[in-house]
Amino acid sequence: MYYSAANLKVTDPAPALKVQLEDVNIYFGKTHAVKNINMEYPENSVTAIIGPSGCGKSTLLRSMNRMHDLVPSARVTGKILLDNSDIYQKGVDPVSLRRKIGMVFQKPNPFPTMSIYDNVIAGYKLNGRMNRAEADEVVETSLKRVALWDEVKDRLKTNAMNLSGGQQQRLCIARTIAVKPEVILMDEPASALDPISTMKIEELIEELKERYTIIIVTHNMQQAARVSDYTAFLYMGDLIEFGETKKIFTTPEQKQTEDYITGRFG
Amino acid sequence: MPPANASTMTAPHPETTVQASTKPKPIAQEKKLSGDLIFRWVTTIFAMSILAILALMLTEMALQSIPAIKQFGLKFVTASEWDAVNGNFGALPYLYGSVVSSVLALALATPLSIGAALFITEICPRGWGSMIAPLVELLAAIPSVIYGLWGVLVMAPWLQSTVEPFLIDHFGALPFFQGAPYGVSMLAAVFILMIMVVPIITSITKEVLMAVPQSQKEAAIALGATRWEMIRIAILPYGRSGILGAAILGLGRAVGETMAVTMVIGNAPQISLSLLSPAYTMPSVIANEFAEASSKLHSAALMEIGLILLLVTLIINAMARLLIWSVSRGSSGGRI
Amino acid sequence: MNPVLFRKFKNHLMTFLMVAATAAVLVPLGMIFFHIVKMGISSVNLGFFTEIPKPPGEAGGGMANGLAGSFVMILMASLIGIPIGIFGAIYLTEYGGSKMSTTVRFAADVLSGTPSIITGLVAYSLLVVPMKGFSALAGSVALALIIVPIVLRTTEEQLKMVPGSLREASLALGVPFWRTSLKVTLRSAMSGVTTGVLLAIARVAGETAPLLFTALGNQFWNKDVTKPMAALPLQIFNFAISPYDDWHRLAWAGALVLVTIMFTLSLTARYFGRGRQRV
Repeated sequence: MYYSAANLKVTDPAPALKVQLEDVNIYFGKTHAVKNINMEYPENSVTAIIGPSGCGKSTLLRSMNRMHDLVPSARVTGKILLDNSDIYQKGVDPVSLRRKIGMVFQKPNPFPTMSIYDNVIAGYKLNGRMNRAEADEVVETSLKRVALWDEVKDRLKTNAMNLSGGQQQRLCIARTIAVKPEVILMDEPASALDPISTMKIEELIEELKERYTIIIVTHNMQQAARVSDYTAFLYMGDLIEFGETKKIFTTPEQKQTEDYITGRFG
Repeated sequence: MPPANASTMTAPHPETTVQASTKPKPIAQEKKLSGDLIFRWVTTIFAMSILAILALMLTEMALQSIPAIKQFGLKFVTASEWDAVNGNFGALPYLYGSVVSSVLALALATPLSIGAALFITEICPRGWGSMIAPLVELLAAIPSVIYGLWGVLVMAPWLQSTVEPFLIDHFGALPFFQGAPYGVSMLAAVFILMIMVVPIITSITKEVLMAVPQSQKEAAIALGATRWEMIRIAILPYGRSGILGAAILGLGRAVGETMAVTMVIGNAPQISLSLLSPAYTMPSVIANEFAEASSKLHSAALMEIGLILLLVTLIINAMARLLIWSVSRGSSGGRI
Repeated sequence: MNPVLFRKFKNHLMTFLMVAATAAVLVPLGMIFFHIVKMGISSVNLGFFTEIPKPPGEAGGGMANGLAGSFVMILMASLIGIPIGIFGAIYLTEYGGSKMSTTVRFAADVLSGTPSIITGLVAYSLLVVPMKGFSALAGSVALALIIVPIVLRTTEEQLKMVPGSLREASLALGVPFWRTSLKVTLRSAMSGVTTGVLLAIARVAGETAPLLFTALGNQFWNKDVTKPMAALPLQIFNFAISPYDDWHRLAWAGALVLVTIMFTLSLTARYFGRGRQRV
């Protein structure tokens, strides 16, 4: 099923569009994983991508900071525009791109050989040296922004693996925002966490949206309903419906969407 | 191409955040000679150098042995005269010595190793096993020259004074135990090789046996099998090809073993059925003669022996690895 | 005989045989240890570490030049072999999957199964012949040929164990692939890689055969790596097969020192290997 961008355009008095997908197709070898997707993500909004597992939502998300570049068999066609310029056009450096479009993963993945402090500034540290005062400041701001500062400020130099799962995930978010991205991609960021940590992450997303454009993949529909402004429903690689979250969850236009959110399949 | 038009379509929107005010900054251009490209090349070159080493190894050895191959052809492996002064080189005694010493050592070492591995995995209390196993592995790391030192200064005199006279007295009628007790002999080489390959075969066999699923053992026990029957029914068949692989790997090690054998075998290029007489092996003759090879032909002959040795160990190792893979692939997901 | 009794008898018999096999395995090894320690301790003294060998018939002397020579050659071999092994392993894990990497892996396996005397032959024809003389350098290259496959395979195993999520985390932070490989992937696998490196060094520390016609050995001090150089295992070999009791004693002392060094390396390796499951 295919919807043109015009059909699905968000009706709100439109803020600037941060990321736009135009006719995006993703293939792994012969498998056509994501089919002809057109979507737009307004600046400083949270967009949730929902759908049953295997529907291509993570695949789509990962195309937005070119993580598929590392998979030799993966092929992405169409355009993905960040501030109106195609991130797949020739000459774009995927490494610099990933500093503008950060990513938080499903399982917390702090670097096990680094301290909490070093994890936060890992994006700088791994790229070279950084002066001490600047590093201190980045660490403090980033950790405060993810509400982790008070919990860890006395043990910044201890190993990050000693933190709880929820703390680790917030640390990973701090690490992502430390490099000052404009867009944050989140791939089921709370699926490996307990309910309380999940709640904290959700609150965090709400706050982060003031500064960043957030695109979050989740299989938890309640979570999508709670945190997002817009919701997209993907099924078998097709974008079935995309619109304001409130509308998607109350009066979806498509039968399939309704079936999914009411739990009749998936 | 730089995304120069980045700002043209962006709708005006009141920006308050810091990072928003700095945009739109274009995404950096990819550099022509990026670190990633260099890195890829560097690692590729290092990986290629391993191939280069192997290719160089084979071609060098083949090239260097050409004079001998030309001169003697197939006669090189069938003739048994080795005369550096007159330039006559036949490698049969070395082939014979290598084959006999390795095969006999393996024939002795394999049952012992399987027994020890079974003892470690199935019989002895847990605590013991975890003590014996690392000890055996540590012993596998002892350098060959030290086995040789012990062999020539302790074992050979003991063989000469005790074991060999006993064998001559009681089994002297057999062709294998005739002649005078020298100490340094084929028998000494067989023993020292056995002692050296036992830790290797034991520790690999142990791994193989530990991979046997508990359910298989329990199934046998539940049928009322004794411990030995359980071992025979459930464990040995399951680990058969792995154990065979371990033994063949041990064989490869024994064939290529140089120092210890050189020190105890007596280094006499002769073919004798008697285990009590001195003999010679392929690696030993290279070790003893190569540094002072008297002529071009002499060193070419030694190189050719090296080439034969290399090919033999290559085949043996390939066989062993195939066997061990076929077992471990299921359990540990090992890939080629 | 009653079949049940017979089965039980067989069970006991086989158990006994297994115990006997274990004893047969451990006894000679125990004896080797016993002799090395007994003969070694009575022969090791300060002179062993400070003096060079004396001519036969004169008491005393040591293997100071052999110790130093071994150290130098192992160091050079490590400098050559370890980078090839580690970078080769990075190639296999990061760019692997191709025919090329299967070939490289196969080549490494072949190399590691090659008798060590063959690496000596190769180093001989590559370095001794063109340089027209035996040299410590040729010895080092021969030893490096042994180090490469060991380091390559252990490093590869370790790198494969580093979860992909760490790589992704680093890449998503905008860290270039090469920095990610070195500073995240390799760094995370470091303790296991260290184990492999130490085991490789322990292995070549005792190698004798590859040095016979490369480094050749030297009765005296030599600081020039393009000239023949003494090595501890070579000296043990030469002294062991000599007819002199004084030299035999030195050989035992050398053996004790060599075994001590190797076991220290192995134990250190095990220590490093201990923490590696955590990643």
